[in-house]
Amino acid sequence: MQTEELLLPETALALKVPECRQEEYEMVYHRPRTLLDVNMHYCPGCAHSLVHKLIMEVVEEMGIQEKTVGVAPVGCSVFAYDYMDIDMQEAAHGRAAAVATAMKRLMPDKFVFTYQGDGDLAAIGIAETLHAINRGENILIVFMNNAVYGMTSGQMAPTTLAGMKTTTSPDGRDVGYYGAPIKVAELMANLPGAFYVTRQAVNSANAVRRTKKALQHAFSYQSLHKGTCLVEIIGNCPSNWKMTPVEAARFIDEEMVKTFPLGDIKVPKAEDLKNPEEVQ
Amino acid sequence: MKEIKLMKGNEALAEAAILAGCDAYFGYPITPQSEVLEYLAREMPKHNRIVLQAESEVASINMVYGAAGAGFRVMTSSSSPGISLMQEGISYIAGAELPCLIVNVNRAGPGLGTIQPGQGDYFQSVKGGGHGDYKMIVLAPSSVQEMADFVYLGFDLADKYRNPVLILSDGAIGQMMEKVQFNDYTIPSVDKSWATTGKPATRSRNYITSLHIQPEKMEQHNLKLNAKYAAIREQEVRLEEYNTEDAEYLFVAYGLSARICQKAMDIAREKGIKVGLLRPITLYPYPDQRLLQLASQVKLMLSVELNSGQMVEDVKLAVSGKVPVGFYGRLGGMLPTPEEIVEHLEKIMLKNHAN
Repeated sequence: MQTEELLLPETALALKVPECRQEEYEMVYHRPRTLLDVNMHYCPGCAHSLVHKLIMEVVEEMGIQEKTVGVAPVGCSVFAYDYMDIDMQEAAHGRAAAVATAMKRLMPDKFVFTYQGDGDLAAIGIAETLHAINRGENILIVFMNNAVYGMTSGQMAPTTLAGMKTTTSPDGRDVGYYGAPIKVAELMANLPGAFYVTRQAVNSANAVRRTKKALQHAFSYQSLHKGTCLVEIIGNCPSNWKMTPVEAARFIDEEMVKTFPLGDIKVPKAEDLKNPEEVQ
Repeated sequence: MKEIKLMKGNEALAEAAILAGCDAYFGYPITPQSEVLEYLAREMPKHNRIVLQAESEVASINMVYGAAGAGFRVMTSSSSPGISLMQEGISYIAGAELPCLIVNVNRAGPGLGTIQPGQGDYFQSVKGGGHGDYKMIVLAPSSVQEMADFVYLGFDLADKYRNPVLILSDGAIGQMMEKVQFNDYTIPSVDKSWATTGKPATRSRNYITSLHIQPEKMEQHNLKLNAKYAAIREQEVRLEEYNTEDAEYLFVAYGLSARICQKAMDIAREKGIKVGLLRPITLYPYPDQRLLQLASQVKLMLSVELNSGQMVEDVKLAVSGKVPVGFYGRLGGMLPTPEEIVEHLEKIMLKNHAN
């Protein structure tokens, strides 16, 4: 390799940012203080870090850090408790909804959420998830769907798209053999205990804003004690999709949404939102 | 004096759980222990406690994990096939060092087996059961009274060591009716500042996990657990002895088989055979020191079990070959008669003396 190739282009050098003097700038954006100031272990372009931040922003803005308890998953985001400055319990693979059920039943005034991937929730833990939602457990389930098993390095998930290549479906997922990808949000929205079900993404600025709105709704609805909120978020997995982060973001818009359309699937009726308790 | 009641073992256990301040019970029906869930489903709401029939034993034990992590006094119960399903959760609870009470009303197996009493879950109970290196304190009741008493003891030991405690009962003790008295009990105040109840500004976050991905840290955690188990072995051995002062022969049996051995011991003594009985109450920690002492006193030990020979391995380990150890067991939910046990003792006495 020639040394010239390692040099930055002149345009990049010209963009060197001048040292910031605080008195000259107004602070308009900051890391939520509910998010610990540590480096995350996630791959470049991964959705987890962004969604962690959004959840912690909502917790900070609602002022509910003292009342929030999370359940961490098994999978890439197994270390969620290393980043979120709240009380958390790690759950066995798929069992987060059962763990959260007990926490919330015993601490009804707390805000309890689970954070789960597609293998965790849609494969091994679908029974626990379905029954928790069917009982209308007053919890929030944040469901990260990136259509592969991330931590075990790219095997087929229940949510893998038809024809999508993974390490265990090397010729592409054969739906006739493995079944079709499970649409978790649509499936769970049919249950009477589901209060609010939505599917969002974080692959663009607008998508991020909509996801945050969904999380704000879902957290605030817990004060109503009226059922389970499920926020499915289409995540990207550049490492296991063998794509650059930019390609992965485009793949969501061009391919993932065909199987997993974005938007609200079940929203509370107007009368269900009457007289909500003050969220503090 | 406390009122004496006539109750089923399962119901006495359930009532004791309420008196012991059990905040929550999560379970799933399975014979022969369904009365625990039924009793608590009826009674717990009257005390403003949580009781929930889960969708599976897997869910039950993970609800127990969630409740225990949040600092509540929590219990589940099941029977053999159901306890097998709970092993995943039990391993996590032990790894995360959470206190809880688990009850196994042992039936005979393997597989779906039968609903009759058995002791085939001994290995599963005392040797780990789930994955990884961990131990539970295992209490083995042999009466309806102990079904009640061990609930208080079990909760207290669980809190003391931040460890799951197992009551290993069986289908007969769970189903039999006997007199029981519920003794006065004061729920101890326990420091649970580690619980995940929401992080106030005054402390750093609490997180509960069994994950230590760096091998150096995992080994440190394993060593910490081992130190705890060593302390348990040091301090928590419980046993009961009958006629051991002058015993030349010794039955070793727990739970239901110990009850049958008491009668066998009487029959043998009438025949002039000086038999004693050692009944381990804690199956973990095992009373190996006392067995070793008795090894220099008796000529022969006979482990009597409702399985194909599981606890006999611990008896042999305890006595280190210092005394012959025989085994007598019935399987499949069949119970030995006291006469059969004495007959077997006489047979191995002859064989032993012939050698």
